[in-house]
Amino acid sequence: MAPDTLSAALLIARKDLAIEFRTRTAFFSAAVFALLGIVIFYFAWDPTAVASIDLAPGVLWGIFTFSGLLGLQRSFSLEQADRAIDALLGAPISRESIYLGKAIANLVFVTAVQVIAIPAVELFYGVPLLEHAAVLALIALLSAIGLVAVGTLFSAMAVNTKLAEMLLPVLSLPFFVPIVIPAAQATARLLAGRPAAEGLGWLKLLLAFDIVFVVACMLAFPYTIEE
Amino acid sequence: MSDGSRAGNPVISTRGLGRRFGGRVAVSDVTLALEEGDCLALFGPNGAGKTTLLRMLAGLLRPTNGTGTVAGVELPGGLELRAAIGYISHASMLYAALSARENIELTARLFGVRDPRAAAMRALERMALADRAEMPVRQLSRGMQQRVSIARATVHGPRVVLLDEPFTGLDDSGSAALGAHLAALRAAGTTMVLVTHQIAEGLALATHAAIMRGGALVRLEAGDAIDPATYLTVYREHVSYGA
Repeated sequence: MAPDTLSAALLIARKDLAIEFRTRTAFFSAAVFALLGIVIFYFAWDPTAVASIDLAPGVLWGIFTFSGLLGLQRSFSLEQADRAIDALLGAPISRESIYLGKAIANLVFVTAVQVIAIPAVELFYGVPLLEHAAVLALIALLSAIGLVAVGTLFSAMAVNTKLAEMLLPVLSLPFFVPIVIPAAQATARLLAGRPAAEGLGWLKLLLAFDIVFVVACMLAFPYTIEE
Repeated sequence: MSDGSRAGNPVISTRGLGRRFGGRVAVSDVTLALEEGDCLALFGPNGAGKTTLLRMLAGLLRPTNGTGTVAGVELPGGLELRAAIGYISHASMLYAALSARENIELTARLFGVRDPRAAAMRALERMALADRAEMPVRQLSRGMQQRVSIARATVHGPRVVLLDEPFTGLDDSGSAALGAHLAALRAAGTTMVLVTHQIAEGLALATHAAIMRGGALVRLEAGDAIDPATYLTVYREHVSYGA
């Protein structure tokens, strides 16, 4: 008996992560990109004009967005090489399980890049991010879910076009804005020591966008992958 | 053009099957019937609609006209249809970074095959590739990759195998080995549709032969009506001279 949606999704995610673990191309590219971005912003920053506590959240989530795109780009391009996607589409599993599997693998990828980027931001900007590790992890997870939900869908749409590398950011970035704004705002309030209720509102907004994006993208995915 | 419909209980049956992409007709009015153990060799120039027809039969593409059933499931089918199909193309459909065994085992798991690892090894043994099981696919030759691809497509014991130019890029010995394996599959009762440009290899396996041009089947014949000695001439007449 063929696996159910979640089991099939986990098989696909495990396969994607095994490939990434062996090749390590996308992860290293994204991690190096994130670190370079943080360093470049650091040298361009005038600490006498802008306090680190005001700048760091924007840098963190801006870098997170762009470095995440590198992994998302690869998500479906590895299926296009040798048309491996046809083997997945020909399997007796739901289209949603392919989307979910890809999204889970992308989530692990994006989270792993964050694990490198967050301490780097603390190191360069001297902000106490890791003091608030638990709340920050929640913000990071919620923003990663939203980013991955949208990015996985657009990666599938863009991969069949000749301008895939350009099209993915152009399609995705406008949809990342509702993710980055609450993430940055919640982080800023966390670092400023504002009352928890202020940050909670932004987290609820982030969660709402996550739910909308995950549901909408999973429903739309079968139509983007069918010829 | 003969219609190719037969009495009996066909494993593949289509009537007026067609597919449009916007205003362009890729396949039109294809009617055929294949029973268990039949093999249709489908010839035609590039752009004739062969791959599109194959993808419709595989449940990968939704027909826009006509009807059809494959393995008792009405097209475009769904999970049940896909479970009965093995699809092989000139692209290997393999992940280069994974080993031959991992590629096949993944497919076995996705098809719900019991003991997927053992099934993957058996499939590789049938292809005489058990000693390369743990080798990353990217390190295998083109011919070996194609054999792994066949092992992947048949690991779940499909009733129907659809092959899209499987001989592409294979040397003589690779083609011979592939032909022998496909003959064994056919003898075991697997119904096959084989799209190829290689007339001799195709006819060696075929119980039925067809020529497509401009999206339509312009000739379809079965059994003794196929004459391998003259078929190339017949093919050229239909394809080059618009008979």
